[in-house]
Amino acid sequence: MSLQPMKPSELATKAVNKEELFILDVRNEDAFEDWKVEGSNFEYMNVPYFDLIDGVEEIMDDLPKDKNILVVCAKEGSSVMVGEMLADEGLEVSYLEGGMKAWSEHLAPVKIRDLTDGGELYQFVRLGKGCLSYMVLSGEEAAVIDANRMTDIYTDFAREKEVTINHTMDTHLHADHISGGRALAEESGGTYWLPPKDAEGVTFDFEPLEDGNTIRVGETDIDIQALYSPGHTIGSTSFVIDGQYLLTGDILFIASIGRPDLAGKAEDWVQDLRTTLYERYKELSDNLIVLPAHYTATEELNDDGSVQEKLSVLYKENHGLNIEDEAEFRKTVTENLPPQPNAYQEIRETNMGQVAPDSERKREMEIGPNRCAVR
Amino acid sequence: MNVTKTLDATGLACPMPIVKTKKAIKDIETGEVLEVHATDQGAKSDLSAWTKSSGHELLETDESSEVLKFWIKKGE
Repeated sequence: MSLQPMKPSELATKAVNKEELFILDVRNEDAFEDWKVEGSNFEYMNVPYFDLIDGVEEIMDDLPKDKNILVVCAKEGSSVMVGEMLADEGLEVSYLEGGMKAWSEHLAPVKIRDLTDGGELYQFVRLGKGCLSYMVLSGEEAAVIDANRMTDIYTDFAREKEVTINHTMDTHLHADHISGGRALAEESGGTYWLPPKDAEGVTFDFEPLEDGNTIRVGETDIDIQALYSPGHTIGSTSFVIDGQYLLTGDILFIASIGRPDLAGKAEDWVQDLRTTLYERYKELSDNLIVLPAHYTATEELNDDGSVQEKLSVLYKENHGLNIEDEAEFRKTVTENLPPQPNAYQEIRETNMGQVAPDSERKREMEIGPNRCAVR
Repeated sequence: MNVTKTLDATGLACPMPIVKTKKAIKDIETGEVLEVHATDQGAKSDLSAWTKSSGHELLETDESSEVLKFWIKKGE
């Protein structure tokens, strides 16, 4: 048997289609515990590569003979070393091309649906980090919301669709990933919108995104309406698109709600979060479909690989929307929070333009899961 | 610190820094110290995890320059 490479896109297809796969993760135990490739029907085994340098005999009995095995490491090198040893033993085995770094950077569009008068709405799913971003297309124009760092994905897609990206906007100042919004606007000659309350330390020019702003995309005037919805950050702003979709940023997810502490102000912002979730969103139409900026568990992925749910369903099923007692709510979102995302301070400073790390450092800063939610 | 042997693993990508370290430590006696130079950022967490699992001791780490330096005391 020979060792085969598996591209992140092939692995993404397996995750979305809920295929079976046996993953041998050869990173050290801390790295594996912290963050791994997620899939509903993936099985895992973690043995650090440094325990396998002298041979794989010790783990042979624990590996399946009738299943595809994928060896995963941080960058690729160690998975090739271990994979070759397993292939020599006669196993059907592949390695993840580019390792967890490449997995973290993979994102692909899923069509949400057609909008009024020929417009389209796409969700870009970044499985490795659980980040979701959006493109609204209409006529010859497009807007991108919560763009990730890998701007070529959006520009290639826009070229394919023969549209120009006129607007990019961020629902808030991100702390878990580096925003591609400003770079994308610069590349395509568009306008970058950011909520001014999140932009106090920002070192570049932007268009202030205020409650009630309407941004039009294309000849058919698909409206994107900004709705001030603080709580995850003080500036957090949601968007209502075409009267049908509610882009909630990091305020409301499918199975969880946003955490208020990533800018160090949990106590101050908990009331804002409560008001947004329990009053402001409640006044909106029940029929709106929620499109968040993150997901946490693969169970939140629909069969088509998208992440979306009706607001009315979330008010019934999402625990974070059903904590009647205010004190208990306060406790839930300020105590026992998950660890903060990797390098979150440095990521915030990068998104404010205060620091400009090189691309290798940017990759390293984004290692790990997003951790923006309270379950 | 009394260093018995120095290993230059600069410019090498994972897994080579650890593969070479594992070989080099065989050449020294229990209690003696191996100094390792590496440029692969992953070496930090991996050397720390490897020394723990293999019974050696990571005495000190110097991350102040581009070349990372590690001092490992050989265990039993």
